[in-house]
Amino acid sequence: MTERVNQYVLESRDFQQLLDALIKRGYQVLGPAVRDGAIVYDVVESLSDLPIGWTDEQETGRYRLRRRNDEALFGYVVGPQSWKKYLHPAEVRLLTAERSGRTFRILNNEPAPPRRAFLGVRACELAAIAVQDRVLEGDRYRDPIYAARREGIFIVAVNCTQAAPTCFCTSMGTGPRVRGAYDLALTELVGPGKHEFVIEAGSDAGAEVLAELAPSAASEALCREAEAAVERAASQIQRRLDTTGIRDLLYTNFDHLRWDNVAQRCLACANCTMVCPTCFCTTVEDVSDVTGTHAERWRKWDSCFSQNFSYIHGGSVRSSAKSRYRQWMTHKLASWIDQFGNSGCVGCGRCITWCPVGIDITEEVRAIRESPASSKESSHGKP
Amino acid sequence: MENLEHIIAEHPFFAGLESHYTNLLTGCASNVRFDAGTYIFKEGEEANEFYLIRTGKVAVEIFAPQRKPIMLETLGEGEVLGWSWLLPPYQWRFHAHTVETVRAIALDGKCLRTKCEQDHDLGYEILKRFAHIMEQRLEATRFQLLDVYRVGR
Amino acid sequence: MTMATAATTDPMLPQPYSVRQVVKETADTFTLTLEPSNGAGGNRFQPGQFSMLWVFGVGELPISISGDPAERDRLVYTVRSVGQATHALVSREVGEAVGVRGPFGTGWPVEKTEGRDVLVVAGGIGLAPLRPVIYEVLHNREKYGRLVVLYGARSPRDLLYRKELAAWARQRETQVLVTVDYGGLSWRGHVGVVTTLFKYARLQPARSLAFACGPEIMMRFVARDLETHGFAQENIYLSMERNMKCGVGFCGHCQYGPHFICKDGPIFAYDRMRPLLEKYEL
Repeated sequence: MTERVNQYVLESRDFQQLLDALIKRGYQVLGPAVRDGAIVYDVVESLSDLPIGWTDEQETGRYRLRRRNDEALFGYVVGPQSWKKYLHPAEVRLLTAERSGRTFRILNNEPAPPRRAFLGVRACELAAIAVQDRVLEGDRYRDPIYAARREGIFIVAVNCTQAAPTCFCTSMGTGPRVRGAYDLALTELVGPGKHEFVIEAGSDAGAEVLAELAPSAASEALCREAEAAVERAASQIQRRLDTTGIRDLLYTNFDHLRWDNVAQRCLACANCTMVCPTCFCTTVEDVSDVTGTHAERWRKWDSCFSQNFSYIHGGSVRSSAKSRYRQWMTHKLASWIDQFGNSGCVGCGRCITWCPVGIDITEEVRAIRESPASSKESSHGKP
Repeated sequence: MENLEHIIAEHPFFAGLESHYTNLLTGCASNVRFDAGTYIFKEGEEANEFYLIRTGKVAVEIFAPQRKPIMLETLGEGEVLGWSWLLPPYQWRFHAHTVETVRAIALDGKCLRTKCEQDHDLGYEILKRFAHIMEQRLEATRFQLLDVYRVGR
Repeated sequence: MTMATAATTDPMLPQPYSVRQVVKETADTFTLTLEPSNGAGGNRFQPGQFSMLWVFGVGELPISISGDPAERDRLVYTVRSVGQATHALVSREVGEAVGVRGPFGTGWPVEKTEGRDVLVVAGGIGLAPLRPVIYEVLHNREKYGRLVVLYGARSPRDLLYRKELAAWARQRETQVLVTVDYGGLSWRGHVGVVTTLFKYARLQPARSLAFACGPEIMMRFVARDLETHGFAQENIYLSMERNMKCGVGFCGHCQYGPHFICKDGPIFAYDRMRPLLEKYEL
């Protein structure tokens, strides 16, 4: 029987050993867990914390959990949360300051974030982390809060073996197979009478953990089975977003009538930006105590869908919902390329699932692509 | 006269005008001077001339009851004052109030209107130049109306 | 010690500065002079750059530096009180602290004007980010050609730096023209929008750079008219403004098409802005 170098097999009954190995190394393990009818990310200490036997059903504007007829640990696609929950949190204190006389002191008493391991990072999510790395660490300024949280994260990635109807990672070139900076990558194989993982290391830290598990090498046949499972997920993906010339397509269609059309449906609720794993916009809020001696500044997620987002004295630059949807989508798919050299979309489909009115970014792009006309031309009676 | 023709030819408003036209215009022109604080013309008066300003500054004003006169714009060296002579009913719409002593060339509108009627090429030249001035002033008026420095919108 | 280190490496942490002086420029506009609370010097900045100014417990604002780049011991800002945070800022008393982050952003390309004429076109409080350019040129007169300052304000009582404007006008190779949109009877200067001053500016557009700052719509009129006066688009620079929460490209608020006003600007060449300026609600 032939074996492949670097690919090993981990029996599901031994999965706890992986958790233990990480915990022993001082990692707080964060991974999928069922909460309030959704699979979210939370602290995982034992196998039983994982969403065993659960899957998610997703469609435009729809998300439901459903029992599987097996005991799969990663038998779902993606939930409403992404790893930015930990790396770029919804609320973070920028500083605490204390008045002393007529001046103030900055108190740098923020505890260092714990060493963390992310368990169950999907290919699109790994890509999303890379996108946020580029924005918050790889540009002119480095965000020290993000950097401190990002540094030393141990990533256990999971290849997708099933896709949701909302997925379009194949269009964005991000999945379903994980690529890039992971420490360990798993492919879960579950079927009648068997439940095992093909596991491989992507870093020295990953190899060290793997060595401790002392797994047996995966057979060629098992590796092929794992590959086929990932290919099956790829073939399940029906949604397409044609990215050919997308930057110029959106730039030149600034006045397209489709923006008015989508504005009729969009509630400007900001759900899409909250669930998006790459959206990074924030605002800062000041708080102070009653005596005025203690002040804090908090950074909170903000959204380009909010009216105040573009406020400059006198009014908002983007006061219409149309302009705000256009800003979001044009930034995500077009100006992001100018700004950071890559698309801001990883094709995870969360914005499609979690839009309360079912707006689908792939459909909006298609509508513009299929009638790429300026409103001027359209108003001149183009059919 | 030769001196006057030279001044007209050198004034930005008539820059590039053919010399036989400059010569023609000189026949309708005269040198004028207005002390500071005086009116060159007032609203409602017959508009029979326009001015090529050589030096000084003049304010175009309007006033309403219970309000102080409102200065709409100031015009200075190299500019042209007045186009009401060009179109019926040939009446001034505003006051022209000198802020500083003004030296100018006055051009007789009646004389010029007659010459323009006789020679449409000259008429077209003059109209083009006035159209340009009108366009600039309309643009400036729109800009002014926006009141861009006000807080809020 | 760790605090100081953290503060210098974290672009989001303000440094305490104390207010040395507050000068009332107009009814609602004030110039604040700040100096570092710890006595440190070396506040280098490029004309056109801005800082994020934080009022303890109230809020933070992007404000352009309006002082002299040669005066390294202080930072000077001219602030118009238009909201809660700006009001709190201009209400600081001498000796009180203000948090300072920055300087951030790009400056006016003053170095490109060496040996050429400099045209400064300012509207309203837009003169503030341009004042450092004027200081730079006047301090190093031999390096630059003519300096022409065209300044428009709403009314005579809204004019900033009145004494300085008069003093600049007396410098050699310098022309300063001021206009107001609404004159009064006691006003003996120009009345009309700032673009009406172009015809009086004595400079050669082909060997000049123009720096414009003011409300965006004013800059559009200015840039368009400068083009008709013979300025190439790439020789006209504008200072752009958008909402900003961080000043360093993290918060996303100041995006203007592909640009971040905070880190790619606020100073941009007009040829890059031209296609965007005409887009409503970009």
